[in-house]
Amino acid sequence: MGSSSSSRNKIPNAQELMHQTGFSSAHLLRLHDRFESLDRDNRGYLSPDDFEVLGGLAMNPIGGRIIEAFFSSGQDTVDFSSFVRILAHFRPTDRNRNKEGTQQELPSSRTRKLKFAFQLYDLDRDGKISREELLQVLRAMLGLQVTEEQLQSIAERAIQEADLDKDDAISFDEFKKSLEKMDIDTKMSVSFLK
Amino acid sequence: MELFFNPFDNLVCILLGISFTVWFTLLLVFIIVPAIFGVSFGIRRLYMKTLLKVFESPLTTAAAFSYDDSWATLRIERGAKEKNHLLYKPYSNAIIAKEPTSLEEEIKEIRRSGSNKDLDSATEFELSDIFYFARRGVESIMDDEVTKRFTAEELKSWNLLTRSNYNFHYISLRLTVLWGLGLLIRYGFLLPLRVTLAFTGVGLLVFLTSVVGLLPNGRMKNFLSEKVHLMCYRICVRALTAIITYHDSENKPKNGGICVANHTSPIDVIILASDGCYAMVGQIHGGLMGVIQRSMVKACPHIWFERSEVKDRHLVAKRLSDHVEDKSKLPILIFPEGTCINNTSVMMFKKGSFEIGATVYPVAIKYDPRFGDAFWNSSKFGMVNYLLRMMSSWAIVCSVWYLPPMSREEGEDAVQFANRVKAAIARQGGLVDLLWDGGLKRAKVKDTFKEEQQKLYSKMLVGTQEDRSRS
Repeated sequence: MGSSSSSRNKIPNAQELMHQTGFSSAHLLRLHDRFESLDRDNRGYLSPDDFEVLGGLAMNPIGGRIIEAFFSSGQDTVDFSSFVRILAHFRPTDRNRNKEGTQQELPSSRTRKLKFAFQLYDLDRDGKISREELLQVLRAMLGLQVTEEQLQSIAERAIQEADLDKDDAISFDEFKKSLEKMDIDTKMSVSFLK
Repeated sequence: MELFFNPFDNLVCILLGISFTVWFTLLLVFIIVPAIFGVSFGIRRLYMKTLLKVFESPLTTAAAFSYDDSWATLRIERGAKEKNHLLYKPYSNAIIAKEPTSLEEEIKEIRRSGSNKDLDSATEFELSDIFYFARRGVESIMDDEVTKRFTAEELKSWNLLTRSNYNFHYISLRLTVLWGLGLLIRYGFLLPLRVTLAFTGVGLLVFLTSVVGLLPNGRMKNFLSEKVHLMCYRICVRALTAIITYHDSENKPKNGGICVANHTSPIDVIILASDGCYAMVGQIHGGLMGVIQRSMVKACPHIWFERSEVKDRHLVAKRLSDHVEDKSKLPILIFPEGTCINNTSVMMFKKGSFEIGATVYPVAIKYDPRFGDAFWNSSKFGMVNYLLRMMSSWAIVCSVWYLPPMSREEGEDAVQFANRVKAAIARQGGLVDLLWDGGLKRAKVKDTFKEEQQKLYSKMLVGTQEDRSRS
């Protein structure tokens, strides 16, 4: 028929998702379209190679890690809800949300954003960025453009600066502390068009 | 003797007979005969004008504004439109705004906001550098230049085809009735008409080219083959109700040249070949396509490759250059993108055809999406499905621009030449000129792009390391 039922009905748990992520219904719809266009075989979920064809992601030095962030719990598929929940980390922080305890923390809160960034470093999810993990990230971001020694000295300096309890690793709190003056909101937010 | 037939049956038979005759006569007079002689009664243009009136009526454009206004992003003013110049409408469904800042600027910004150290000494690695990469990565997940080129373009107002109905909600009974009427016309009248024409066109092509193929090689044969090809392609054009406007015909490709065009669908071939004679290049297929190919080559020399030969670049290049050197042979038609793009942009041209050294005649083809989406999304639709969709759309309206010929200049390599031609085509057709490879539709991006990013970043960090070691 000429009419089509509201596309909001295409999205399961739309209300819940809006509540949990803070996305407006318009953005959610848009993201759903995006999800469907990435899901080329129309399976209802995405797998790593659906991300790998994205040029911008493939040329990103930490593209692989970003993709892994979507598949973190050991699964090799991601459905729309999980897709949106991860992307919600990059929403601008809502400053006007009331602080009463009943509201669950949104993924776009400062702490959650920092946690997301932390997990890009902390591959084995043990809560600490070890020297080895830092080296791996640095290697990814710099490729073959620097020597092994340069890499080591960069990592050394970074750990010395941030590691306050001198356990040769950066915990989440130490990570947070070293970035406390940073305006995380603008740097880790994607500017959504209204 | 008793009459076996009811006189009523007799009447029905007579009526059927008459209507078929009338039908075929009309078909012949209004469609096939003009196709043979290359003239036009202007019926299609009239049809197009009528359709436009319907589409731009308040009824259907109301559909466009019933969106949730929070969608509205880059609103395009549909200002005055010249009849012959289909202006390009940029994409209106962006979700995010990407800032065009460079890696260095952004990382410096991030650091400046986060540390109270003196800026000059702070160009070393910071934990916060990852924010830049993370953000860029997520931006490309949400919206990237390439993937959206491979899905059909969205329309601003509804053209009464269900398939273009993405975000339009139910508006009114009147609109639905109009849509229903449109459905009836398209499937009940236009589709059968077009299918008949298509079969006629293809059948005639196969038959007549085989006949011409029997003649001895010479001027007569070339002349007839030209006429036959043109005629059959024109019938096919009418089978699709394609309304084509050709611009700058003085630049039409000549013998010994190569014609390159942007590729949106297999119909591009029909559109170009109905206005001029070309030697086609392609792989031999089986089935109906193969039959057509084999009979076409009897009448005039097209370049068909066996599947195994396609991989051999030298062989391909040799056959192409042999062809262009022979000035009596027709210009070659090639689509250097290698795949179908959705007609909002032009992707990287493969350099093969630009290495041969012949004169290149660029052609830009731009379809008007309001009448039917011509883009062939080969991962979504097969060929038959696609053709049926084409034939049940309202019409295919497009503009073809013949651009002035270009040759490779001194000191220019094939890739630069290809890019120059691509830029010219993109500019003329109002398409976005992208450097991404059309092959990205299926394959992964090359690592060189990643290396570029790594280089930029390391320059920031390592540059300072060297200074430190020096001091």
